[in-house]
Amino acid sequence: MKFVDEFRDKEVAQTILARIHEAAGRLQKPVRLMEVCGTHTVALFRHGIRALMPEQVRLLSGPGCPVCVTPTAEIDAAISLARQPQTVLATFGDMMRVPGSESTLLKERAAGRQVLVVYSPLDALKAAQKRPDHEVVLFGVGFETTAPLVASTALQAQQRGLRNFSVYSAHKLVPPALAALVAADDVRVDGFICPGHVSTVIGSQPYEFIPRDHGRGCVIAGFEPLDVLEAIWRLLRQIELQSPQVEIAYRRAVRPEGNPEALKRLSQAFVTVDAEWRGLGTIRRSGLEFREELSAHNAKERFDIQTRPVADPPGCLCGEVLRGAREPEDCAHFGTTCTPEQPVGPCMVSSEGTCAAHYRYGEAGRRVEA
Amino acid sequence: MLEGTITLAHGGGGRLAQQLVREVFLPHFGNAELARLNDAAEVLVQSNRLAVSTDSFVVTPHRFPGGDIGSLAVYGTVNDLAMMGARPLCLTAGFIVEEGFELDALAQVAGSMAEAARRAQVPIVAGDTKVVEHGSGDGVFINTTGIGEVVLEPAPAGERAQPGDALVLSGRVGDHGMAVLMARNEFDFRADIVSDCAPLWELVEALAQAQVEVHALRDPTRGGLATVLNEIAGAAQVGMIVQEATVPVSEAVRGACDMLGLDPLYVANEGKLVACVPAQEAQRALRVLRQHELGREAAIIGRVTASGPPGRVILDTAVGGRRVLDLTSGEQLPRIC
Repeated sequence: MKFVDEFRDKEVAQTILARIHEAAGRLQKPVRLMEVCGTHTVALFRHGIRALMPEQVRLLSGPGCPVCVTPTAEIDAAISLARQPQTVLATFGDMMRVPGSESTLLKERAAGRQVLVVYSPLDALKAAQKRPDHEVVLFGVGFETTAPLVASTALQAQQRGLRNFSVYSAHKLVPPALAALVAADDVRVDGFICPGHVSTVIGSQPYEFIPRDHGRGCVIAGFEPLDVLEAIWRLLRQIELQSPQVEIAYRRAVRPEGNPEALKRLSQAFVTVDAEWRGLGTIRRSGLEFREELSAHNAKERFDIQTRPVADPPGCLCGEVLRGAREPEDCAHFGTTCTPEQPVGPCMVSSEGTCAAHYRYGEAGRRVEA
Repeated sequence: MLEGTITLAHGGGGRLAQQLVREVFLPHFGNAELARLNDAAEVLVQSNRLAVSTDSFVVTPHRFPGGDIGSLAVYGTVNDLAMMGARPLCLTAGFIVEEGFELDALAQVAGSMAEAARRAQVPIVAGDTKVVEHGSGDGVFINTTGIGEVVLEPAPAGERAQPGDALVLSGRVGDHGMAVLMARNEFDFRADIVSDCAPLWELVEALAQAQVEVHALRDPTRGGLATVLNEIAGAAQVGMIVQEATVPVSEAVRGACDMLGLDPLYVANEGKLVACVPAQEAQRALRVLRQHELGREAAIIGRVTASGPPGRVILDTAVGGRRVLDLTSGEQLPRIC
């Protein structure tokens, strides 16, 4: 089975869409569904699915974009690491253009600092091996999808005694952010499309509190067009039957128990700490920090990094957008002073940021008339 | 096999520089005009409609499946001429080589250029070599300038695209960009992807000989198909609508793009063209292209429209959705998660 083709089958898509429209017609009132993950936001736009939704179904984007929720102070920390002598700052590509308070990693590289874009954390480890006279620091951004591999990398560094390798952990966890979202009063969300790859690691159990304590449904979805369409239909059905639950629609990749090996790595390397999320404030036990046994590879222990908390640029609505409280189009900067070429906030920088998606795919994802 | 490396003296204009020309470049580029080794080449041209194009090539790695910086340097420029409806007449080749670059590697590049020039039927009549200090370059940079004779009358131009025109693409997209990306060896997976690097004049000539009316022609290099469509739409102030399902993409490219979160519509190509032709010419244009080995997978992928904001390109997605196909800012980056 070639997922790329089968899960884009137009006929099947149209069938599911018809069911979505039928179910929407039977709704008592309009519903708001949140796709938590940035990759889902992009998938919905890229395949033109947003424009096909019935009037009664509104799709909101959530905070599942690790680039977007990294606070400015952490970007500043990465920049200050890049500025250390004999130091290579390794980062995932998407972080390069995120604005810190004065600069970006891209600008730092252009100014001659050693900033290395890596696709995998293991590439940073290799860089450390190749350059024993340099410190190599990996800027660890990402949720539960990425963190296990970073954990593995740090553990490997420890085993090999690779003293010049460390990680600055900016890793965060998704379920606590969802808990904060449902607890907040201002955004009403009737159902969640849950992230596919995060769930590959954590399984379905961490979402149980959402239907149990808050009466909202969750469907864990893959990223192909048919995946997201199915997820939307299942949520509507749950709403209609008034039976909120956690469903795994992404069965080819997600098991209820998740990936025990990956979870084990996480607990070997990390402890859970309170963490600041851009736009959401401090969320309890939502971040990952290295265990003491790994302090030798914890950049926060190895380096003296001073950062100050930084306020968001005036008028930037990234915070509200991340919570689903406002749309990018509500922001005065959107499309004028804030564009992908000259971003003000991270939601416009990340290829999976809500603002970038709205801007790129245009017309608020609404009906695009030809 | 040549031994040794490039030194600053090779760029100095003296004995070593002459030796470089005679031992590395002339044997490969060998043609009568170049061999005269004058300060400039004399070229006899019959037409008074000339096209000129220049391009510089800095690709890394220098070699990738399907080509190298040398073949790219030839095809890149002759294709720009071809997109003006011009038959290439001659090329120049300027090299900026980093001190320490292997002579044999330079000879290989020259060899690739020579082969590409033969295939494109264009002589390299003038050249230059400069050497920069170690660390100031990336092995070798190449600039080629081409002169061509405009054959198509009137010459294709972006602004000539008209509502109703069909968009005809000569083959599948994404091969070159992905081949180069994979050749950088940064990823833990392998894919069977080869650059489509090739000269396009013959395809254009075939259209001309069949008297197909061609309004606009572009080759979707950096920025990919989506970018050139936006460029044409912007130049002509028209709309466009593209059917995603009709754009040919190889399985390997689709798979690799999917793994990295890249969109094949924005990936570079070096042996493809997209043409705007009147609707009634579309089928004929398709037949002409498909008769040529470089156009076997040619497809009609959409049309030019008069509706919507001028310059806007819309994509009808494979699942029946619809969205804007915009210009991208900067490079696509592989996603984090």
